[in-house]
Amino acid sequence: MKNEFTKIIALAGNPNVGKSTIFNALTGMHQHTGNWPGKTVSNATGEYSYNGNLYKIYDLPGTYSLISHSEEEEIARDFICFANPDLTIIVCDAVCLERNLNLALQTIEINDNVIICVNLLDEAKKKKIEVNLKKLSDILGVPVIGTCARDNIGINDIKYTVENYQKEKHFGINYDKYIETAIDIVYPNIKVNENINKRWLALRLIDNDISFIESLKRHVNIDFDGNLQDKILEARCYLEDNGIRLVDLKNYIVGNILKKAEDISRDVITFHDDDYSKRDRKIDKWLTNKWTGIPLMILLVMVIFWITIVLANYPSELLYNFLFWIEDKLYNFLAFIHVPTIVSDVLVGGIYRVLAWVVSVMLPPMAIFFPLFTLLEDLGYLPRIAFNLDKCFKKCCACGKQALTMVMGFGCNAVGVTGARIIDSPRERLIAIITNNFVPCNGRFPSIIAIITMFFVGFSNSLSSSLLNVCILTLVIVLGIVMTFLVSKILSKTILKGIPSSFTLELPPYRKPKVGKVIIRSIFDRTLFVLGRAISVAAPAGLIIWLLANININGSTLLSYCANFLDPFARLIGLDGVILMAFILGFPANEIVVPIMIMGYMATGGLTEFDNLLELKTLLVDNGWTYITAICFMIFSLMHFPCSTTCLTIKKETGSWKWTIVSILIPTLIGIGLCFIVNFIL
Amino acid sequence: MKNLSLDLLKIGQKAKVVEISSDENIKRRLLDMGLVENSIVECVLISPFQDPHAYDIKGATIAIRNDDAEKILVRCLE
Repeated sequence: MKNEFTKIIALAGNPNVGKSTIFNALTGMHQHTGNWPGKTVSNATGEYSYNGNLYKIYDLPGTYSLISHSEEEEIARDFICFANPDLTIIVCDAVCLERNLNLALQTIEINDNVIICVNLLDEAKKKKIEVNLKKLSDILGVPVIGTCARDNIGINDIKYTVENYQKEKHFGINYDKYIETAIDIVYPNIKVNENINKRWLALRLIDNDISFIESLKRHVNIDFDGNLQDKILEARCYLEDNGIRLVDLKNYIVGNILKKAEDISRDVITFHDDDYSKRDRKIDKWLTNKWTGIPLMILLVMVIFWITIVLANYPSELLYNFLFWIEDKLYNFLAFIHVPTIVSDVLVGGIYRVLAWVVSVMLPPMAIFFPLFTLLEDLGYLPRIAFNLDKCFKKCCACGKQALTMVMGFGCNAVGVTGARIIDSPRERLIAIITNNFVPCNGRFPSIIAIITMFFVGFSNSLSSSLLNVCILTLVIVLGIVMTFLVSKILSKTILKGIPSSFTLELPPYRKPKVGKVIIRSIFDRTLFVLGRAISVAAPAGLIIWLLANININGSTLLSYCANFLDPFARLIGLDGVILMAFILGFPANEIVVPIMIMGYMATGGLTEFDNLLELKTLLVDNGWTYITAICFMIFSLMHFPCSTTCLTIKKETGSWKWTIVSILIPTLIGIGLCFIVNFIL
Repeated sequence: MKNLSLDLLKIGQKAKVVEISSDENIKRRLLDMGLVENSIVECVLISPFQDPHAYDIKGATIAIRNDDAEKILVRCLE
């Protein structure tokens, strides 16, 4: 692959320093970035051309260090060590450069074809932190480039430097003398062909870094002969004699590197204002305070839903009228070109109608919710939610970062499941994955909102009714959250026994989001993506449901056979056969549950057209819906099997059918149980 | 000045790290974040349910659960 590309470049850096922003700026791609650690969870690749040369670039997961143990860090380390990139760009945050230098120094130690990119200079400037880039470059012997990637400043400098890369001098970390002597004992005996710094390699071997040594054996032909083994032991004994125990060695090493980083940053950074994060602290005091933290959090979520509901109403109605106006035209058109009635019925009455419903009901809320949500994300508020709620998760022996995966679940549960990779402990990650479905995703809450409007709030467009709607929706969501905690706790006490592991969470500084970019990105990357997926399954589902509703055997339709078959059980849990069948047929995407239900009723009830939610309510009531049915519908919508995409994602993430099945069974059984109880009591 | 465990710091209090006796995994993670012996930390936030607390460590705000902070011995400055 090297032939094709002039250079292969790796992009590394601490989490949340704008690495992906730089990646996007370089490649013009739209990889989604978020203001929380752990966004890039596997290597993203892209390419760009500059002066007619083609460059390939790998965006590595964010890491604090290369000698630690998390999965992401191993991916990044192995790439830098063994994939032999021509260049590694280390992205650093100018605001906390000292800590970022830790990773930079570790990388330079392995392979000094490095460019340091000091990003977020604008933020540093605001906080009156001055970084002497020239001096930093002189000290490290590698090019240093200052950037503000969000404003596209410095991106061309990176491209230029990559093209004309020249190393100025070799920079090495000087460890204290005992460690250096130990390295001297081992490194002459290492025989590898690859371009890896042998002194660094020697230190890893002495340190007995098991995960690294395994990777080493996988990637490199290294000769572990008796001599090398002896020398390693000799070096360890030497260190032990001088008071450095093997168990402490890693801490010594990192301690040395950090000391170096501290020295360097003292040389290159000037703080003109010691209290530079005053503004953030002030905001945080309100948002994480004992009295105001939780209420503000709930209020914020409610405001977002309220804006979504209020703003979505009108375009939703317009779209609805428009799309069903088209439906008539389509019928006429097909009749005009002499398409047989049966075919036009399938195409328009089946496929088109389900599509029209999905678009008109799902698109407006999504197009409003996703940008708002992305705004909150870019602002940096989401980690604060994890910070506020961590104690609750700890009580359930789970990880506070699960709050982040839940929030992602509002957008799409499959994303929430993938996002669980930010949780280090495998046990806690499984809990987060299994319980993610208790958060209603974007495919579900518009249906829940519609049901709330029809059965509990009424149809007036007044402020009070929209507020009431939000309150009920919040109640439903709170029920989902309570279930998440409960199930997490139960799992921790039964099949996923364990104690909460320790955790550290970085609270990034608040950043002013680029509103225009946010809107464009969330519409294109998220809204259209999710809608596209919904539409692609809605069309075949529309076909199937039409067939079921129109194929007659012995005088009644397949649909009524199925519905009648499910009906007795469905009645037990407050639903009916058609609803339950809609949920089952809606397995590919929750968005299509309501349209399938409507078609089911229309096929059996003889009603052929309705214009708005009011008529929909009439349709539902005519088919025996009461407010109990509505409650059970909402509960079951909140708690049933995850959609097929989510199931496949769970399988991929856990690597096991067993946990996938557990993730299907748990919410389904709870949903059935709860609906049964509600139906029985009310 | 007296030594105390990190979780006892009040908001605004700065301290110097004296000893970290957490288990290896968390110790290394803290190390990566720049929390080593002799470094300066400041407690900046306390979560609504009093756990975790967040500390300023080398310019970044890092939340640490009290159970973990208990194992970090610090000496108050000022």
